[in-house]
Amino acid sequence: MRKFQQMSINRRAFLRKSAGAGAGLTLMVGLSACSRQETASGPQQLSDAVDSEPLEANAFVKIGTDNRVTVMIKHLEMGQGTYTGLATLVAEEMDADWEQIVSQSAPADAKRYANLQWGPVQGTGGSSAIPNSYMQLREAGAAARQMLVGAAAAAWEVAAGEIAVVKGRVSHAASGREASFGELAEAAVQQPLPQTVTLKDPKDFTLIGTKLSRKDIGKTDGTAVFTQDIQLPGMLTAVVAHPPRFGARLQRVDDSAARQVKGVVNVVTIPTGVAVLAETFWQAKKGRDALQLEWDESEAFNQSSEELIQQYRELAQQPGASAQKHGDVEQGFAAADKVIEASYEFPYLAHAAMEPLNCVVQIHADGAEVWNGCQLQTVDQAAVAGVLGIKPESVVIHTLLAGGSFGRRAGTNSDYVVEATEIAKAHAQPVPVKLVWTREDDTNAGYFRPLYVHHLKAGLDKQGNIVAWQHRIVGQSILTGSPFAGMVQNGIDLSSVEGAIHLPYKMDNFSVELHTVDINVPVLWWRSVGSTHTAYSTEAFIDELAAAAGRDPIAYRLDMLGDDARHRGVLELAAEKSGWKSPLPAGRVRGFALHKSFGTYVAQVAELSIADDQRYRVEKVTCAVDCGVAINPDVIRAQIEGGIGYGLSPALISETTLREGKVVEANFDRYQVIRIDHMPAIDVHIVNSAESPTGVGEPGTPVIAPAVANALFAASGKPRHKLPLGERV
Amino acid sequence: MSITLKINGESRQVNAEPDTPLLWVIRDELKLTGTKFGCGIAQCGACTVHMNGQAIRSCVMPVSAVAEQEITTIEGLNSKTAAAVQTAWEDLAVVQCGYCQSGQIMSATALLEKNTQPNDGDINQAMSGNICRCATYMRVRAAIKQAATDLAREV
Repeated sequence: MRKFQQMSINRRAFLRKSAGAGAGLTLMVGLSACSRQETASGPQQLSDAVDSEPLEANAFVKIGTDNRVTVMIKHLEMGQGTYTGLATLVAEEMDADWEQIVSQSAPADAKRYANLQWGPVQGTGGSSAIPNSYMQLREAGAAARQMLVGAAAAAWEVAAGEIAVVKGRVSHAASGREASFGELAEAAVQQPLPQTVTLKDPKDFTLIGTKLSRKDIGKTDGTAVFTQDIQLPGMLTAVVAHPPRFGARLQRVDDSAARQVKGVVNVVTIPTGVAVLAETFWQAKKGRDALQLEWDESEAFNQSSEELIQQYRELAQQPGASAQKHGDVEQGFAAADKVIEASYEFPYLAHAAMEPLNCVVQIHADGAEVWNGCQLQTVDQAAVAGVLGIKPESVVIHTLLAGGSFGRRAGTNSDYVVEATEIAKAHAQPVPVKLVWTREDDTNAGYFRPLYVHHLKAGLDKQGNIVAWQHRIVGQSILTGSPFAGMVQNGIDLSSVEGAIHLPYKMDNFSVELHTVDINVPVLWWRSVGSTHTAYSTEAFIDELAAAAGRDPIAYRLDMLGDDARHRGVLELAAEKSGWKSPLPAGRVRGFALHKSFGTYVAQVAELSIADDQRYRVEKVTCAVDCGVAINPDVIRAQIEGGIGYGLSPALISETTLREGKVVEANFDRYQVIRIDHMPAIDVHIVNSAESPTGVGEPGTPVIAPAVANALFAASGKPRHKLPLGERV
Repeated sequence: MSITLKINGESRQVNAEPDTPLLWVIRDELKLTGTKFGCGIAQCGACTVHMNGQAIRSCVMPVSAVAEQEITTIEGLNSKTAAAVQTAWEDLAVVQCGYCQSGQIMSATALLEKNTQPNDGDINQAMSGNICRCATYMRVRAAIKQAATDLAREV
């Protein structure tokens, strides 16, 4: 998604370039950062009512007379810590006290809350929250500070330059005057919007770079409100019977038994199936289970994963569309001393966030209201409006905390949001409707990480140096036909090949080719997207080449990195901290992998123990990460730990298998994911950097599978060409 | 049918079909939404509550089977042990998305009520029924140990 940069706002590009520059930047403040709403009509408070309505200083900052500072968070909080990260940027430049900061989801409004990496689209993904907000929210905080100082200067009749702000207290030393933000709030918002602001020199940061308490509160006492928890007067719960296979069409509905279930209020047919509406979830589910449905499956997808893999393997033997090319690989192979080939296979994967998908929709006379852990506000707004035949701006979205997403709530066609809207529309009553998917509904609906087969071929010279590299990828396109189709260029879906087309290693003859397969299985981005498979195939293959060259895997890579300081930096840090050069005790092995995604550099060393029965356990992961300026080091560590944990499931045990078009692993009994006993000790080392910050939600995930596979390769001499790796060496 | 539940120290009258899982009575009838729905088949632990102090999966427990039992949900936690667990969870910033964390905390509290000094094996056994897709497991483990240490200090 980050590749929407091409549409991005020019002024930001300038600001990003200057972000690393030291001393107090003075910037022109643009409209997007600091506009005020014409009429204040922020999102409704669902709970946690404040004593007084906070006053709007700008689009991102409200100051309450109760001294609370509310930061409007334009990104979805799904666990990645964006309520904390974005608030840190504002609080830093405001010189606020962290305790007075409250984070609140911003309304859906792309004019004020667009993702600056994507153009006029509000949404979260591609580990972009911090990088696209770094300057914008610092400016917003600095502007609010300036207004508070301006208000104090006017009230105290002193020069603004003589006023200090420390931890939420505004003071004038010479006169001994002092005030809180709350006391100055009313006068501050009457101040003119600043035309220029001065940002802090990074050496003066007091919050950025420190450990701060998280602002997504209520998660340890059950009070945090997720979509699943929304209770509204008159609300009905809907459970839907979906087609048994992708592309099956409803032929006949007998809902007589369903309507007899106590609590069932209505049964409606919608484009994606048949919905049962009831007073409670259990009643709706019993009603759904009582439906008698007949489906026409003549055009349904009925292939199995095994068949797809076979077809993809054959395609991988043929040239594909060129995604990246330099030099002449055929000449390289001809001149090579040794040619090595390997194929790699990756299954479909379900996202399986803990909160099964859900969405609440209420249709009003003049629009619609949506409650959702909403990841793509602008896309969802348009989709809901499309169903109802109204204007997107008539769709109010309440963005709630999401119980995970990993990409799934960023559906390119807003699938479950549209479904909830269709149900509310078909029910045609002015009541809120909460769509709830069961775990099986969630998994069976698809939108998987696509199944892929890769074929790699490399030529080595006598010294083992890579003289030719050919990489073929076969799989479905995530973005073709979606609102993000701009990322498909000349037939190449960039999300299929990212992570493969720009390797850090110097190679004279290089080619990446893509075969895009068009089949009726819904696919979607999954935490770290293309890198989920490209990091594996490239980094596992590099270890095979290093072995063929008789070289240490880290030394081999280092030689090919040239003067690429940031790649070298994480590689060397991970090697050092893991004790790569020191011998391991018996029964232990190590593997290394290096991969940059979403602008963040990650190197990992996985240390495994191997038991006598050849079962292994990932005991320890040493990870070095370079994400530029570390805004919240503890959140970065948490994301890297969690990203490794998330990546460890498909590395070891997760796979979604289609058998004659149906999902085999529909719930957590079959869809295996790592549990606490699988979790290694993870040691995260953050490179000290003054570069502009990049995201960390995704980059930890893709590196663990190749690191583990490379350890297994080191242990057994057998390269691992298929994920998941299974339980034994 | 009408069923009387003993929940969070109170007697509550609810109207539900006897086969309704306790989870949905807690959430939809009693409006206690801290207990979460994750899988419906006792595989993920998001729905964990205490029955007479034992951690159970409320998504597969018919409400008719718990009428005489003492049920505690995340909202009703008030023991010293629970407070130590919640404090450790905050101190170590365990949570990410948070959706599974009510269940994690219920399982951890039940563990520490019985075993004041759990080792790694004990923690694995007590907590492996609770899936966290954000994979906060490392901090879950550390927080349980910290809570145990804090409780031992208080005694």
